[in-house]
Amino acid sequence: MSRHSITFKLNGAKRTVSVEANRVLLDVLRDDCKLTGTKEGCGIGVCGSCSVLIDDRLMSACLVLAATLDGCAIRTVEGIANGEALVSLQDAFLRHGGFQCGICTPGQIVAAKALLERNPHPSERDVREWMMGNLCRCTGYYQIVEAVVAAAEEG
Amino acid sequence: MAFEYVEPATLAGAFDALERGGTDAHVLAGGTALVLLMRMGLVQPAYVVGLRRIEGLREIGISKEGGLDIGALVTHAEIERSALVRRFFAPLAETFGRVASVRIRNQATIGGNLVHADPASDPPPMLIALDAEIVVARRGGVRTIPAAEFFRDVFETALEPGEVVTAIRIPPPVDGTRGAYVKFLPASKDDFATVSVAVTIRLAASGVCEDVRVALGAVATTPLRARRAEEALRGKHVTPEAIDAAAAIVVGDVEPLDDGRGSAGYKREMARVWTRRAITQLISA
Repeated sequence: MSRHSITFKLNGAKRTVSVEANRVLLDVLRDDCKLTGTKEGCGIGVCGSCSVLIDDRLMSACLVLAATLDGCAIRTVEGIANGEALVSLQDAFLRHGGFQCGICTPGQIVAAKALLERNPHPSERDVREWMMGNLCRCTGYYQIVEAVVAAAEEG
Repeated sequence: MAFEYVEPATLAGAFDALERGGTDAHVLAGGTALVLLMRMGLVQPAYVVGLRRIEGLREIGISKEGGLDIGALVTHAEIERSALVRRFFAPLAETFGRVASVRIRNQATIGGNLVHADPASDPPPMLIALDAEIVVARRGGVRTIPAAEFFRDVFETALEPGEVVTAIRIPPPVDGTRGAYVKFLPASKDDFATVSVAVTIRLAASGVCEDVRVALGAVATTPLRARRAEEALRGKHVTPEAIDAAAAIVVGDVEPLDDGRGSAGYKREMARVWTRRAITQLISA
C-alpha cells in the first residue's frame, strides 16, 4: 500500500496529513482531523450525510480518495459557523425544525450552503431538486425545504 | 482495498504505470464508480492510476469540423452547465443533468462514465443517438471507437489493456435535429432508470422522417441502439401509428434483466411505452 503526504486547505487552514492510498476523505476528516461533523450514512455516495465542499463543489466524502486531494480546498460543516455563532442558514434549520435525530443535518447544511453559494435566490423547486440527494428519515423534508427557502430570503 | 496509487503528470506516464500494473491496474478519473466498487469489494486493484494531473483532458471545445470535443475528465456538472454544450445540442447537456445527484455530477467524469459501462447509465444512449466517437490513446497511437460499439457487456468495454479514454467527439448534428432523453424513474429522481430512451430525429417540412436514432438504457447488458425501430421510421410520415409500430419493434430487441427496478417483462413493456413517449414528445415539440 502506498502512502501519500497531502497538503490541502481545511476550512481555510493549511493542513498536511499522511494517508494510505485506500483512505477516503470521510475517514481522514473524522479520524485524523477529528472533525466528526461529517457523518457516514450509506458509505456509497447515495445518502448525502458526508456532503462536503471540495474546491467549492458539493461531493460525497465517502467516495473521494484522500490521496487525490493534494492542493484542494475542503470545507466541512465545521467551517460554516462563525466560531460558536451560527450563520443564518443554521439558525433557519433550528427555527423551522429542519431536523429531528440530526444525523443527516450536517450534510443538509453543507448541501444547502453549496446551493446558496451558486444560487442565492432559489425557488422552492430549485431547493427540492438540489437537495434531492440528501436523505432524511425523520422530517419528511418539508421543514428542511422551508428552512433553506427562509435562509435564502433572509440573505 | 490495498493498492499502490500513482498520479502521473503525462499520458506517457500513465501508459508506463498501466504497463507496470498489468491486469491489476485500474484507471481513476472522478472516482464515483471505482471507489464505490472498491468499497463494496467488487474490484480489488493492486495498482490505481489517477489521471487528475494530466493536462488537456478537462477541456470542452468545438473542432475544425464543427463537432464537439469533450475531454475525458470533464465532469457531468460541467457538461450540464456548459453554455457551449447547450448551444451545440441542448438535450446533451440536459441528459448529463439527469444523472444521479448533484454530488455525483460534480465528481463523475464523462470518460469514467463510459469506461464504467453501467448499462443503466444515462449518457451512453444519448451519445449513441448523436453518433459520438470515443477517442482512445495508447502508447504510440490513438484510435476512435463509435459509442454504439464501445460497450461489450455489463461493466465491459472495447478498451484494450493499456488504453486510456482521452476524449469524446460528437459530430455536429444536421440543422433541424431534435433530441430528447426520457428516463423512467418509478422510485426516486436520483435513481438509475428502470428504462431510459434517447432519440434524435430530423423531420422534413412535410413531416417525413429524414433521419432518426433511437438508443435505450437499462434494457440489456449494454446500452442498445434500436436500429430496426429507426428503419421503421426513416422515410415515413411520423404519425401516431408509425410511432406505435416503431415502439412495438423495440420490444423484440431489448433483453432486460430482472432486478429491483422491475422484472424483465415489465421493462420490456416500459421500453415500448417510453420509446413511444420520447418520439411523440419530439414530434409535438
